[in-house]
Amino acid sequence: MSEMPAPVAANLLIDLSLLTMLLLVALFMLRLRHLFAVVMLSGIYSLVSASFFVSLDAVDVAFTEAAVGAGISTVLMLGGMLLTARREKPLAPKRAPVALAVVVLVGAVLIYGSLDMPAYGDRFAPANNSIGQEYVERTPKEIAVPNVVTAVLASYRGFDTMGETTVIFTAGLGVILLLGVGSARGGRVVSDKSPSPDGEE
Amino acid sequence: MDHLVLRVVTKLMFAPILLFALYVQFHGDFGPGGGFQAGVIFAVAFILHALSFGVDETRRVVPQKALYIGMAAGLLFYSGTGALTMLLGGKLLDYDAIAPGSLHHSGQHYGIMLVEFGVGLCVASTMLTIYYHFAGREPEIGDEDW
Repeated sequence: MSEMPAPVAANLLIDLSLLTMLLLVALFMLRLRHLFAVVMLSGIYSLVSASFFVSLDAVDVAFTEAAVGAGISTVLMLGGMLLTARREKPLAPKRAPVALAVVVLVGAVLIYGSLDMPAYGDRFAPANNSIGQEYVERTPKEIAVPNVVTAVLASYRGFDTMGETTVIFTAGLGVILLLGVGSARGGRVVSDKSPSPDGEE
Repeated sequence: MDHLVLRVVTKLMFAPILLFALYVQFHGDFGPGGGFQAGVIFAVAFILHALSFGVDETRRVVPQKALYIGMAAGLLFYSGTGALTMLLGGKLLDYDAIAPGSLHHSGQHYGIMLVEFGVGLCVASTMLTIYYHFAGREPEIGDEDW
C-alpha cells in the first residue's frame, strides 16, 4: 500500500465506499417492511450504482441507470405500491438449511469464477482486445461519430437496437392490455362483466 | 393535493428538463446519451408534472391517444429508416445508402439521428403510457397514504 500512487488510492477509496454503500442499502432493503422506504432505497441503490459505473468510466451505462433505475423505476414502483399494499406482510422467521446451503454454494461458485476474470483495465483482456479494439479503430473511419458507444449501438448493432425498441413497445402494450381498462374510464373502479351464456363478448 | 412549493418548483424545472432531454437526444453522437435516455428524461418531465398537478391535468396536456400514436410511430420510424436504406439500394439499416459518396459519412449521421429519434419517441411515449396506466387507477393519493 505504501508505494501506491495517490490517484489510484483515491480511486480505490471511492470504489470501496460506493460498494459498501451498495451493500448497506441492499441489507436495509431486506430488513425493512415498510414498502415506501424500500422503494426509495431501491432508487438510492440505482443512484449509487450509477456513481459506481461513472467510476468505472462507463458513462453511457451510468446515465441510463440514473435515468431509468433511479428515475422512472422508482416512480413506477411507487405507483405499483399504491395499487397493492403499503407494508410487506410480516414473515415468521424460520431456518431453511437447504436454501442457505444453495445460496452459499452458488456464492462460492460465483466468487471462484470471478478469480479467473482479467483485472479491470487489463489491456490483454478479451473485452479490450479483439472486438472492442476493432470498434474503436474502425469507428472514426467508417461511421465518423466521436462517441463509439453510439456508433456500436445505432449503426453496427442497429438491428439489435431495433429489437430493443420493439421490446419497449411490447412492454408498453402489455401494460395497456393488463391495466388499460381502468384508466380509460378515468380511474374509476372497474368490475368485470360476467360472461354471457352464449360465450359472446 | 395542494403543495404550493412543489408546484412552483415543478413549473421552474419543467422546461429545463425538456431542454436537457433534447440536448441528450441530439448530442448522443458526441457524448453520453442517446434516444433511450432522452426519451426517459422527456417522460420524467411530464411525470413530475403529473405528480404535482395530478394525472388528469397532465392528460389534458398529453392525451393518452397521442401517446398510443407516439409509441407506434417511434417504432415505425426506426424500422422505416431500415426500409428507407433498403429502398435506396443498401442493406437493412445500412445508413451509408442515404448519402452515397459522402466523404464524411453523412449518411451515418443522418441514419443515427433518425433511428435515435425513433427510439426517443417510442421510449418517451411508452414510459408515460405506463405511468398513466399505473397512476390512473388510483383516483387520488391522499397525504396519509404515504
